[in-house]
Amino acid sequence: MNEGLNKPEYEIPPEMKHSVAITTIDRIYNWSRRSSIWPMMFGLACCAIEMICTAASRFDLARFGMEVMRPSPRQSDLMLVSGTVTKKMIPQIVRLYNQMPEPKYVVAMGACASGGGPFKEGYNVVSGVDNYIPVDVYIPGCPPTPQALLNGLITLQKKIDTQSIRDVRWYKKGTSETIPVPVLGPDIMDPREYDLLRQYTFQKLNPENINQPSVAEQEKGS
Amino acid sequence: MSAQVVTENVDLLEKFPQSVKQDDRAGYAGYIVSADHLLEVVRFIRDDMGFDYLASITGVDYLPNGLMEAVYHFYKTSGGPGLVIKTQVDREQAAIPSLVSLYPGADFQEREAWDLLGIRFDGHPDLRRILMWEGFAGHPLRKDWHEPYYEEEGKPYKSRWPEGKVYRREDKNPFHKNVDYPAGFDPDKWVPDDDSTLYASVNKISSAGGESGIKTDYVIVNMGPQHPSTHGVFRMVVALEGETIRALKPVMGYLHRNHEKIGERNTFLQNMPFTDRLDYLSSMSNNFGYALAVEKLMGIKPPERAEYLRVIMAEFTRISNHLFAIGSLLNDMGAYFTPMLYAIEERELILDIFEATAGSRIMCNYFRFGGVARDLPEGVEEKMRDLAFKRLPRKIDELDLYLTNNEIVKARGEGVGVLTPEQAIAYSASGPVLRASGVPYDIRRADPYSIYDRFDFDVAVRYHGDVYDRYLIRVDEMRQSVRIIQQALNGLPKGPIQEGKPQYLVRVPAGEAYGRVEAPKGELGFYVVSNGKANPWRYHVRAPSFVNITALETMAKGNKVADTVAILGSIDIVLGELDR
Ligand code: SF4
Repeated sequence: MNEGLNKPEYEIPPEMKHSVAITTIDRIYNWSRRSSIWPMMFGLACCAIEMICTAASRFDLARFGMEVMRPSPRQSDLMLVSGTVTKKMIPQIVRLYNQMPEPKYVVAMGACASGGGPFKEGYNVVSGVDNYIPVDVYIPGCPPTPQALLNGLITLQKKIDTQSIRDVRWYKKGTSETIPVPVLGPDIMDPREYDLLRQYTFQKLNPENINQPSVAEQEKGS
Repeated sequence: MSAQVVTENVDLLEKFPQSVKQDDRAGYAGYIVSADHLLEVVRFIRDDMGFDYLASITGVDYLPNGLMEAVYHFYKTSGGPGLVIKTQVDREQAAIPSLVSLYPGADFQEREAWDLLGIRFDGHPDLRRILMWEGFAGHPLRKDWHEPYYEEEGKPYKSRWPEGKVYRREDKNPFHKNVDYPAGFDPDKWVPDDDSTLYASVNKISSAGGESGIKTDYVIVNMGPQHPSTHGVFRMVVALEGETIRALKPVMGYLHRNHEKIGERNTFLQNMPFTDRLDYLSSMSNNFGYALAVEKLMGIKPPERAEYLRVIMAEFTRISNHLFAIGSLLNDMGAYFTPMLYAIEERELILDIFEATAGSRIMCNYFRFGGVARDLPEGVEEKMRDLAFKRLPRKIDELDLYLTNNEIVKARGEGVGVLTPEQAIAYSASGPVLRASGVPYDIRRADPYSIYDRFDFDVAVRYHGDVYDRYLIRVDEMRQSVRIIQQALNGLPKGPIQEGKPQYLVRVPAGEAYGRVEAPKGELGFYVVSNGKANPWRYHVRAPSFVNITALETMAKGNKVADTVAILGSIDIVLGELDR
């Protein structure tokens, strides 16, 4: 049981090996978190089917302590973005992310969630959920096989192992940052980008500005 | 080329000489009806010619001619070939009378054509956008509408092929994102849609007064898009009186991936893997429908062995889909995950066969025009035999034994969410939903495609139209599929699996075709229009989940909230196909 928990520098007499562990706070903190990650029950598209298969009979997510899927964001630690993120859905996804308590992690499962995937050029498709929320692990594949998903989750566990209670963001002073919810306008609008947006639509309105450097070029220069 | 629609002896041309003319464009069939007389003609088609089933409505933007065309496919639930009519109007002021008063099943399909093509359907009771949101700029399927990542009309794009460079499309966008805004747009003045039209439409129906005749205040509740019972990102807005549902409006589009727009940029073959992602629980059936439509246009047929392989794969898909559907229906009823685990165990074995043959578990991309992509590798036929003759029949019996007479399944299912046969036909329901309501309509029998006419199987039918029957019919259908697979395996001939040489860029003559198959969820149709170029001019998917959901409100009204979850589960929707 204390495998992975014990700090190897400390010798424990063999007869006590099963009942005693000597460890650091960071280790026990991370060990318990990484072994009971509760993912949010949240399926977006085809990848969600492979996620269900991963959780089910053959691949059995319970081996990693992750089988407790919670439909409510307030009880979950991990948002598994399993599928195509659309513009119509992204406000809800950001809202769900904001509702998750710290510590929270995001895994982008599949090509769509990572970068738009096969539907990238679609007018209602967001090219990757990381346009709006921070992602911890990306899993390639369309869809990633259950083995690939498991590998991604193990990668997440490894990431958790490297964190230290001293500098994790959720023990810092102040509240954690909420991400402004995108707005459905004539196209999806990110409130953080309104200045750029105004500049762009103004330039588009006045064709005489066309000879001036475009917004994109200005961006590059700055 | 596309002579698939054979018309009746009753001649529409004789009956309506002024308003109906033959569609004589090369490669086209059916009739063109003038918009002013559409309702009259369609009433005749329904009442006198007996075409009681409106399978599909869609639109085509003929930009070079300045025309917007609505295309209607009618069938008879007693079987036989269909009838296709079209209405053409000026694309700048596209307005066509709505058919909702004659065929309630037209409701969502017309809303979709309005949303994506901007065809206004006069007389539609609730013409709102359906897949995109209110306030979205433009009607994206119009040929002169360009998406933010637009490069060229059709693939392969010159910038990338044959000797172009690879670059990330977002690097060319000032926002580094997939967005674009109209000129002069000011975000500060923008008032986002607050769903008031949606709630108004729920209220319109609910304010008529309850059963008691006393007007009560209804509570409006939103379920979804993030809700464990909606099988994905689907949203229902319900008006409740106590716990009883008085009105329900589905809200969709949260997974609208612009399948059709992308499909019209793709080459014909490039669309094949995209069809996998429509109903991602049954990719083989999706391949089937699309392959049929394009083969009709090309006028080719696959060789014998390929036909058998297609049928075997499609029927295995049906079994795996129904297993999943029953598992999740039981989840919805509260048998949390135990039946699902058993169902998935069997499904995994079927997926093994797909993976060995096609290379992928759920995105098979297996069909080609005039054949299939690969032959069976060694050992797979034995695996199939083992499943079809031994394991699956036993497992289906087991499922039947434990679930069918289970008290809770009966209590939650019997008499809940009833859809009468008349309603089912009127709402254009198809597949298990239609057959559980007592209409023995199965395209494999009614209008056989591929080699289904060679097999001996029964069309499963149940008569109560409730949740319980929609469960039972899936068990029945799995048994029939096993029968078909057994016969197909016994008759599987040797030989080539592809007609001619496999080609990357296929030649598709100009014309139209509607290919439809009996997919696990119902009638899956592909309406493809070619203008002789490398890309389809129009590519429309008539998705069974999308059309079946039209009847959801009728099924749910008068039931309790908790039952809606079971009713939705019994329709068996998949969002990839519903939203496309
Ligand atoms: S990555 Fe592929 S399988 Fe996953 S959601 Fe996107 S299209 Fe579907």
